[in-house]
Amino acid sequence: MSCFLCNSSLGKKLVMSVTGCCLVLFLLFHMSMNLVAIISPEGYNMICEFLGANWYALAGTVGLAVLVVLHFVYALILTLNNYRARGTQRYAVTVNEPGVEWASKNMLVLGVIVVLGLLLHLINFWSKMQLVEIMGGEGSTVGGYFISAHDGATLVAYTFSQWYYVVLYIIWLGALWLHLTHGIWSMFQTVGWANDTWYPRLKCISNIFATIIVLGFMAVVLVYFVYNLCGGCSACAGSL
Amino acid sequence: MNFKLKIWRQKDAKSKGAFETYHVEGISPDTSFLEMMDILNNNLVHEGKEPVAFDHDCREGICGMCSMHINGHAHGPEQAVTTCQLYMRKFKDGATITIEPWRSAAFPVIKDLVVNRSAYDQILQAGGFISVRTNSVPDGNAIPIPKADADESMDAAACIGCGACAATCKNGSAMLFVAARVSSLAKLPQGRVEGARRAKAMVAKMDELGFGNCTNTGACQAECPKSISITHIARLNREFLSAKFKD
Amino acid sequence: MALKLDSKIPAGELSQKWSNHKAAIKVVSPANKRKLDIIIVGTGLGGASAAASLGELGYNVKVFCIQDSPRRAHSIAAQGGINAAKNYQNDNDSVYRLFYDTIKGGDYRAREANVYRLAEVSNLIIDQCVAQGVPFAREYGGLLANRSFGGAQVSRTFYARGQTGQQLLLGAYAALNKEIAAGSVKSYPRHEMLDIVIEDGEARGIIARNLVTGEIERHGAHAVVIATGGYGNVFFLSTNAMASNGSAAFQCYRKGAGFANPCFTQIHPTCIPVHGDQQSKLTLMSESLRNDGRIWVPKKIEDVKAIREGRKQPSDIAEGDRDYYLERRYPAFGNLVPRDVASRAAKERCDAGFGVNETGLAVFLDFKTAIERLGKDVIKQRYGNLFDMYKEITDVDPYEQPMQIFPAVHYTMGGIWVDYNLMTTIPGLYAIGEANFSDHGANRLGASALMQGLADGYFVLPYTIGDYLSHKIQAPKVSTDTPAFAEAEKGVKDKIAKLFAINGKQSVDDIHKRLGHIMWENVGMARTKESLEKAIVEIQALRKEFWSDLKLVGTADSFNVELEKALRLADFLELGELMARDALNREESCGGHFRVEHQTEEGEAKRDDEHFVYAAVWEYKGMDKEPEMTKEPLNFEFVHPAQRNYKD
Repeated sequence: MSCFLCNSSLGKKLVMSVTGCCLVLFLLFHMSMNLVAIISPEGYNMICEFLGANWYALAGTVGLAVLVVLHFVYALILTLNNYRARGTQRYAVTVNEPGVEWASKNMLVLGVIVVLGLLLHLINFWSKMQLVEIMGGEGSTVGGYFISAHDGATLVAYTFSQWYYVVLYIIWLGALWLHLTHGIWSMFQTVGWANDTWYPRLKCISNIFATIIVLGFMAVVLVYFVYNLCGGCSACAGSL
Repeated sequence: MNFKLKIWRQKDAKSKGAFETYHVEGISPDTSFLEMMDILNNNLVHEGKEPVAFDHDCREGICGMCSMHINGHAHGPEQAVTTCQLYMRKFKDGATITIEPWRSAAFPVIKDLVVNRSAYDQILQAGGFISVRTNSVPDGNAIPIPKADADESMDAAACIGCGACAATCKNGSAMLFVAARVSSLAKLPQGRVEGARRAKAMVAKMDELGFGNCTNTGACQAECPKSISITHIARLNREFLSAKFKD
Repeated sequence: MALKLDSKIPAGELSQKWSNHKAAIKVVSPANKRKLDIIIVGTGLGGASAAASLGELGYNVKVFCIQDSPRRAHSIAAQGGINAAKNYQNDNDSVYRLFYDTIKGGDYRAREANVYRLAEVSNLIIDQCVAQGVPFAREYGGLLANRSFGGAQVSRTFYARGQTGQQLLLGAYAALNKEIAAGSVKSYPRHEMLDIVIEDGEARGIIARNLVTGEIERHGAHAVVIATGGYGNVFFLSTNAMASNGSAAFQCYRKGAGFANPCFTQIHPTCIPVHGDQQSKLTLMSESLRNDGRIWVPKKIEDVKAIREGRKQPSDIAEGDRDYYLERRYPAFGNLVPRDVASRAAKERCDAGFGVNETGLAVFLDFKTAIERLGKDVIKQRYGNLFDMYKEITDVDPYEQPMQIFPAVHYTMGGIWVDYNLMTTIPGLYAIGEANFSDHGANRLGASALMQGLADGYFVLPYTIGDYLSHKIQAPKVSTDTPAFAEAEKGVKDKIAKLFAINGKQSVDDIHKRLGHIMWENVGMARTKESLEKAIVEIQALRKEFWSDLKLVGTADSFNVELEKALRLADFLELGELMARDALNREESCGGHFRVEHQTEEGEAKRDDEHFVYAAVWEYKGMDKEPEMTKEPLNFEFVHPAQRNYKD
């Protein structure tokens, strides 16, 4: 059992599929949580507090880290294999085959962008929230203001008041969207859950799912950015 | 019609190859691509030069012998045909056509456009069969098989083993080829008996021979001359994983 | 010295002959089988099935093919189906009826006992293939489906879409793979047999060329089986694969094996017409199309002209102005007459000026009636891939306009002479499938080639070869370090050196095209004394040209396709002459062999049963010497040759 997950190509792909599936579920959860920040900053902060340096949140964080590392390391191993399998001499002329999506052929590139975005995201948020708590701190000084480790809403508002973060996050989310459109249906294909009827359906579901997740994340970024632009006028002050 | 051909020439497996340019003239639009190659070769022989080596045999699109990567496509820009079924009317007069051999670590070049595809034979030898002896079998109608299953088995069995799937795949994966055989036999009651063993053995052999890993791009089904669907790959995955989990 | 021909046909009732024979012949014990080596040349249906079955029995088998994989042999291109006397359709089919149809279809020029055995084992083939996982077409009830084929009034053809040959070959190839994996068979792809080695009058092995490295190799065995198919490519343009050749069979002939009925060539009626002189190959449209397609030419010559000039489309011709000539001439069988009859009828119409394309060498195969009757979907399901292929090649959509077809060389019924055990006149040398002459007489029925290849390979040879090998159980491993092997190897190397030394002006293809032209014009569908004599003279002259003006490039010790082709053409240039000689000798018309001098008033083939009820077996005497012919009389004990009647 254990060995086929390391030795066999299909076993390795199963690891990709299962870790990918868990990460997609996490994204769905994270996205739902973020949406709360639009509806109610206080509610959002309650969630932030709930997910502080508690044992369950820490266990979840470690689990997530393991998933990401597995997913990424396996991707590197598989891609290296694939590179070798292509041989030393490459085609002089290559084209995009009809019906083949660009994302499907560039998953590693998209994955790297996603990981870079993730690092940025960890620096922006996690290092100022959960990490601070783990280190026993109360909060951190960001842009001259002291922000409590539980005050996620303020941190969000501050981060997305800066246009370059907005641009970087949009690029990141765009890459994530492309990665997910191929990744989600692919995880079904890899565990063998596809046939002629379900093949188009899964592709459709995959696109819808990826779009919902990415739109959810993007909504938070854009809402806070726009809110900051219009200077927090009274029209929306109530909600944010 | 006239064409400029950029063709990969390589003396043997060990030599380094390079592109050479040739011109062919007065080609009828009804000429097949391989007939155009015959004309080029006949010209080369008359000039005392070595003709371009390329694999071909039945010229009906069924033997799977012909290969060639033409203008970036396995078997040329037409979909669902082999190189031998490609006609010159599909190209523009005066066009430049680039012709390369299959490129895959598991298919080393033998000469010019000819590659060694014995890896595919080895995969099938690992388990692409039903272990019945000659003359110890029940009547042909003893086991009824639903028409839909027989048809689906036939869809997969249409594979001609040409190698276009692995040659096209950016990962050099032979999954479509392996899947076609596994799936074809998995859809028949006769093939179910040793289905688990077959899937495991063929996948292990495929890995051993240095083919890459499938990333579900679907490029193989787009270039497959028999339009074999990647849903057969899903079935292979299913067969393999269920076999492994039963171990 | 004339050949000694002992057909070894067992005595007794027709239906008991094979059982009696099997009971009488010797078998080899498993312990002894391990000590015996068998070489099989060719991996089509015959070769692959024989190699698999013999390997399974425990013999050490070496199997050779010229392609890069055994799976690519030309059996793969057979489209329509395989016959068997299962009577699954309840249409009163039986082993006897299949036997009778086959022997009648062969125009009474095949051995009764062989044909009966073929019909008898036909049912086993279907069972075997189903068990191997061949996805035959099925009905909704889950049982096997059948279709009709030419020359039969019952529906007995099993099929897998339009790719029956492919599926059967993949079945045999899978069986072969099973044995390769088990270690009992060793496969040598990209190897070509260039000579047979004979020692003490018995086959001892072969000389083969590794087509990748150019190395000349010696391989010894206790028996050699030739399964290399037919020699239709002597015509240059044929439905055969480009590399199909008669060389392996010809080497056997050169070394003393009798070659029987070389003139019996099948011209298939439904091929895509020739489009120009750049063509390298003719494409067959399956005979199964004649199930639903109707063959016609216009009745009026004005319509023919209008179609040729493009002023009228075929669909513009009114029903009453169409001449469905097969239905008119042969009401009982209609469009499903045997191939030779359909081909000649097409030629007759085209000769009369009714050919429907620019060259005047085409007739229509029309699906209009069938589409109206069954709907486009049904037709698409039955023949979809063939229709697509036709459109790809010709740029005409056969759902809208009728197909154009014309006869083309397809199969050679003649081949190496074999006895009932499939052994040639050289002990230890066997020939199976299309390479031998035994089962199809002067004309082969559709869907019978696959049947013969698999019958020989799975069910006949594995038994009969034991009878010979049972005498070899004391024999040591065959040494290839003997004068006979050395001589054969030297012969091959000298021949190759000689070809390179010519350094003339003409390419192999140049000469092959000219040979094809001579053959098609003079030894084709209609043969006369004059045309055959002319052919012999012309072929001899062309052969001289070949040996004095050939231009060969490349080297002998590398991958060299030109050299491969030159070696094959050298043999075709002798084989072509042999075919003409045989056709000249056979002063009658029968099956695929049509002598213009011998026809009935209605233009049907006229057999001469008084003088020609024999197989003409030729013995090689040297490249420029006349071969010697020996007759094997055919005794018809159970059926009585009558003029073939497909009218009523």
